[in-house]
Amino acid sequence: MTNNWVDIKNANLVMVMGGNPAEAHPCGFKWVIEAKVKNKAKLVVVDPRFTRTAAVADLYAPIRAGTDIAFLGGVINYLLQHDAIQREYVVAYTNAPFIVREDFAFAEGLFSGYKEQIHAYDKTRWAYELDTDGYAKIDVTLSHPRCVFQLMKKHYERYTPETVSDLTGTPRDLFLQICAAIASTAPAARTMTSLYALGWTQHSVGSQNIRAMAMIQLLLGNIGMPGGGVNALRGHSNIQGLTDLGLLSHQLPGYLTMPLEGDPDLASYLGTRTPKPLRPGQLNYWQNYPKFFVSLQKAWYGAAASKENDWAYDYLPKLDKVYDVLAVFELMSQGKLEGYICQGFNPLGSFPDKNKISKGLAKLKYLVSIDPLKTETSVFWQNHGEFNDVDSASIATEVFRLPSTCFAEEDGSLVNSGRWLQWHWKGAEPPGEAKGDAEIIGELFVRLRALYRKEGGAFPDPILNLAWPYRVARAPAPDELAKEYNGWALADVPDPKQPGAFLAREGEQLPGFAPLQADGSTACGCWIFAGSWTQAGNQMARRDPSDPSGLGATLNWAWSWPANRRILYNRASADPSGKPWDPDRRYLTWNGKKWVGSDIPDYKVDAAPDEGMSPFIMNAEGVARLWAPAMVDGPFPEHYEPFETPLDSNPLHPKVISNPAARVYPGDRERFGTAREFPYVATTYRLTEHFHFWTKHTRIGAVLQPEAFVEISESLAAKKGIRNGDKVVVSSKRGQIVVKAMVTKRIATLKVAGQEIETVGIPLHWGFVGVTKPSYLINTLTPFVGDANIQTPEFKAFLVNIVKA
Amino acid sequence: MANQSLDVVRQSAGMATPPSARKTMVVGKLIDVSRCIGCKACQAACMEWNDLRDQVGSNRGAYTNPPDLDDQSWCLMRFNEVEIGGRLQWLILKDGCLHCSNPGCLDACPAPGAIVQYSNGIVDFHEENCIGCGYCITGCPFNIPRLRRADSRVYKCTLCSDRVAVGLEPACIKTCPTQALCFGSKEDMLELAHHRLGDLRERGFAQAAIYDPPGVDGTHVFFVLPHGDRPEAYGLPKDPRVSPVVQVWRSPVARGFGVVTMFSVLVAGILHYMRHGPLEVPEDKKPEEKKEP
Amino acid sequence: MDVTRRSFVKFSAALGAGTLTGLGFSAKRALAEVRTFKLERTSETRNTCPYCSVGCGIIMYGMGDRAKNAHTQIIHIEGDPDHPVNRGTLCPKGASLVDFIHSPDRSIYPEWRKPGSDSFERVSWDFALDRIARLMKDDRDRNFIAKNGKGLTVNRWTTFGMLAASASSNETGYVTHKVFRALGGVCFDNQARV
Repeated sequence: MTNNWVDIKNANLVMVMGGNPAEAHPCGFKWVIEAKVKNKAKLVVVDPRFTRTAAVADLYAPIRAGTDIAFLGGVINYLLQHDAIQREYVVAYTNAPFIVREDFAFAEGLFSGYKEQIHAYDKTRWAYELDTDGYAKIDVTLSHPRCVFQLMKKHYERYTPETVSDLTGTPRDLFLQICAAIASTAPAARTMTSLYALGWTQHSVGSQNIRAMAMIQLLLGNIGMPGGGVNALRGHSNIQGLTDLGLLSHQLPGYLTMPLEGDPDLASYLGTRTPKPLRPGQLNYWQNYPKFFVSLQKAWYGAAASKENDWAYDYLPKLDKVYDVLAVFELMSQGKLEGYICQGFNPLGSFPDKNKISKGLAKLKYLVSIDPLKTETSVFWQNHGEFNDVDSASIATEVFRLPSTCFAEEDGSLVNSGRWLQWHWKGAEPPGEAKGDAEIIGELFVRLRALYRKEGGAFPDPILNLAWPYRVARAPAPDELAKEYNGWALADVPDPKQPGAFLAREGEQLPGFAPLQADGSTACGCWIFAGSWTQAGNQMARRDPSDPSGLGATLNWAWSWPANRRILYNRASADPSGKPWDPDRRYLTWNGKKWVGSDIPDYKVDAAPDEGMSPFIMNAEGVARLWAPAMVDGPFPEHYEPFETPLDSNPLHPKVISNPAARVYPGDRERFGTAREFPYVATTYRLTEHFHFWTKHTRIGAVLQPEAFVEISESLAAKKGIRNGDKVVVSSKRGQIVVKAMVTKRIATLKVAGQEIETVGIPLHWGFVGVTKPSYLINTLTPFVGDANIQTPEFKAFLVNIVKA
Repeated sequence: MANQSLDVVRQSAGMATPPSARKTMVVGKLIDVSRCIGCKACQAACMEWNDLRDQVGSNRGAYTNPPDLDDQSWCLMRFNEVEIGGRLQWLILKDGCLHCSNPGCLDACPAPGAIVQYSNGIVDFHEENCIGCGYCITGCPFNIPRLRRADSRVYKCTLCSDRVAVGLEPACIKTCPTQALCFGSKEDMLELAHHRLGDLRERGFAQAAIYDPPGVDGTHVFFVLPHGDRPEAYGLPKDPRVSPVVQVWRSPVARGFGVVTMFSVLVAGILHYMRHGPLEVPEDKKPEEKKEP
Repeated sequence: MDVTRRSFVKFSAALGAGTLTGLGFSAKRALAEVRTFKLERTSETRNTCPYCSVGCGIIMYGMGDRAKNAHTQIIHIEGDPDHPVNRGTLCPKGASLVDFIHSPDRSIYPEWRKPGSDSFERVSWDFALDRIARLMKDDRDRNFIAKNGKGLTVNRWTTFGMLAASASSNETGYVTHKVFRALGGVCFDNQARV
């Protein structure tokens, strides 16, 4: 979230699209209700289904799954055509005035620079036009034909209300009502908050769905504002934390990135990651990348990371390609993996095309499941009748199931969606022989280290030299690890502004990321978490809920990264002269000497408004990006059909149907179905009664939603002779499941491109292990294709057939 | 005095109002349907707090699970899809005891002290005194109490009298994520309800109303209904009243009947002793456990 | 309703008693006991709900006063009223967290499935960890890529992968990442995508 949960109450309009917070985040949703009751806010919901969020909405519109960009592009067009934008904000705080190179073009569904053979773009043609100093050229009148604003206007003029309605199935008048509601937040003193979740990410155009809303919010001046923002409602309790800590194939902690083969040495690695400002006078905070990186290497390798060995740069693996989960399961299915550890993860249930996942796991030599619960993955080799029909004898994988503790049995911190690091305490002993996850990793590591010490082996250096200063080597304690990711000074760090003073003394916990150094004098395991455990102690354990401004900035409750900030980009809540846009929501103000207000400024605290520093300090531009040349599939979001489309075409550009930059493996392309065989649009989702595949193991959860089902419209039910509660067979090109049918008015039959489109809604929570009724895993049906930018599987829009069982 | 107790104003099969010098707050639980997201947190919290675990059922094409109130489910979210004015409404009602000011269950109950009404308004069942006759079920205008076959006792929502007795709100109230449930004095809750009507009418719910039925002298659990003119659409009776049969039961006529009954029982008892000797209670059949469906 | 002789007698007795009070012979109980408040002497621990990313504050109530001989069992969980986001509320999943802690499907000792077997067997931690470490080391030593085709140092291990838990703590995540990269691992992900 750019903002935080409580801040939702400050909104004048709550836009829920690509999410269903009343069901997936009920306790966060209270702030939507609070906005309605206390702030007279309107709630707008756009969703393929009439959800429990829609049940309390002021305005609900159905949409065909997988057409969000068509809808949002239509909104952008509406705002530009009606001049419903906050112009001063757009000119000063976004790249709307930036001028783009001459060789940019968009035609027939393709941006310039497309390379057909490799399904990828050469993105250099999307760059800004630079002046002789290397700064981007701009036109603050927004009239230059190649400025971002004009390019955007042109790009989206195709998205007329009629086109939108024809693509999305949303009735035209409803679409226009929603556009008008959104446009009502263009004035400086009105804000809209956008709440989204996996309903936007799990598409082959997932990243661009979110970009489209970010553009809308920037046009309306709603980023950085209380009650504004683009708010990702993350799934798991610590998915934010694990993302922040970089537990992804291509990342390192704190959004640093893994070295590639193209970065042969430290200098080239740092060179490509340390940007130069694109406009004069910008803070360009990523210029500090070397400080963050060297401090990380010092935390990991201690004395073994020295200036002489480039801070142990070679200890890090260099990537030759991406190794996201889809890529890894593709490798596994080719027999190229030997071992796999699932730590609190149930890929057999969670990943697309269950049969492919199962076959991949069966090719492993060893599989380790570390989990408090007995997952389906841990017994993928066991025959569970129709639900998991495998031949155990033919599966040679050696499998270990290690019991771990759950939340109640451990100390530690989690990062919520609002970026708050909150500490929790152990309240009971683990059951049986269960051990903490950190202890299990510690045990494994010390055993491996002992083997390498004794026997030697392949490149043992990083293993033997890994800094391991823990009191009990086989069981690193939570407080030790937390202090390590916060970081400490390895030597006195002088204060450059005050000779003789120090930002931190040797051995002290760091107060934040500002003192980090690139000379090896600081160690910090995750720079954005610096400040969470300081000399003053554990900041994540703070429990003062007071909210002096009434705007939800509870600065003394837990600790929020970065630097305890509660709303990101909050400098943009004030106008260029430093006055709050909305006098009733005074978040930050320039008092003549520094920035003061309800929150920690996301800005240089003493930079006067007339210095010309822009509010988006992490961007080399200094401003926010309406135009995003770093995206792999285009600088503007464009509507592409899901890989399995009911239309077999893309009415906007029939030659380019689906995302041309998405990665599809050859074997998977053959496993895509067509509308002829599988005529219905399917979408998968969660229900409020369950959490993923966990709560099916709880009795109360099982009572509340005992058995797998799908939801279909009354008209589809009539067509197929299906009655409410009947058993049905739902099939895709990849497999089939047998479940109960719920016939409901809440799923609409949509009119799209002259066809009647039916939707099959598929909740995901059941499986063949648990307290609920045994069931198929619904990801038997889903396609193995991901978002072009970040490879999130396309769970939200694919094709199925349905018949009465 | 018991360690943890509440003042009683009425009890089943006892006409007299016990004297009490204490003046306690009369409680109210407001269910604002317009803020309810049907998440079932109240239903889960009710089961968790009261140590109830219902059977794992099956999907019958509905979000309402289990299908009905029972001895293990004292709170149940009911889901109804209705089109009103051309607009789809997913009406979600939290079903459970309304704690009537004039409780039909209590009036109908013949077992002394099995049903009591506390001075704070809560109507509580004391299962140790229950004889399993089921009259309370007949007496309830809202079809709430449920007989447990295993022990032949009747169960329903206690409004968490154990929590309220120590100064806490009921479990369902505390857990409700969206403040659809609020708890306080009935006076304050009515005030809040009236305030909510204003907002709802502004949002186009012209018929929004408070459901606090006069037929039972009002209830201590009451609703704000956006479609207040159509309580039946939510599954609530339009004009609930205590059944006339039950009212007769508690009338002076019944007192006369009671005298006759008392002597009949006495006479029957003597006759019984004369014919059969001392009473030997046969072993009851072991109550059948409810099987997993 | 089956009227057994016993229930008839019980019913008659109640009816008799009822009519007695009806006639004014009231017990005049001014108080009635309610169910005993079950949290009176439990111990409280603050925690965070492990499900979604709202991060609701919870209070876990444990049986026992943490005396040496009292093996604490969490018997009840409810929302932390001080928490700025959930303010004491919990959703149906959070409200039934005790059933997660005490799920019949909790894994409670290490288990091992031999190739081709159709069941797990119980093993000791030492056996499991030693065996996994051995399998990992042999795999790594056999498949580690120190240099790529061009002779460039790449130091990666591509035949082994790991999925990390997005409900585990930052501390677990941090140490997991640290160890995984030290091994040269690249096949690494968490639930961010699903």
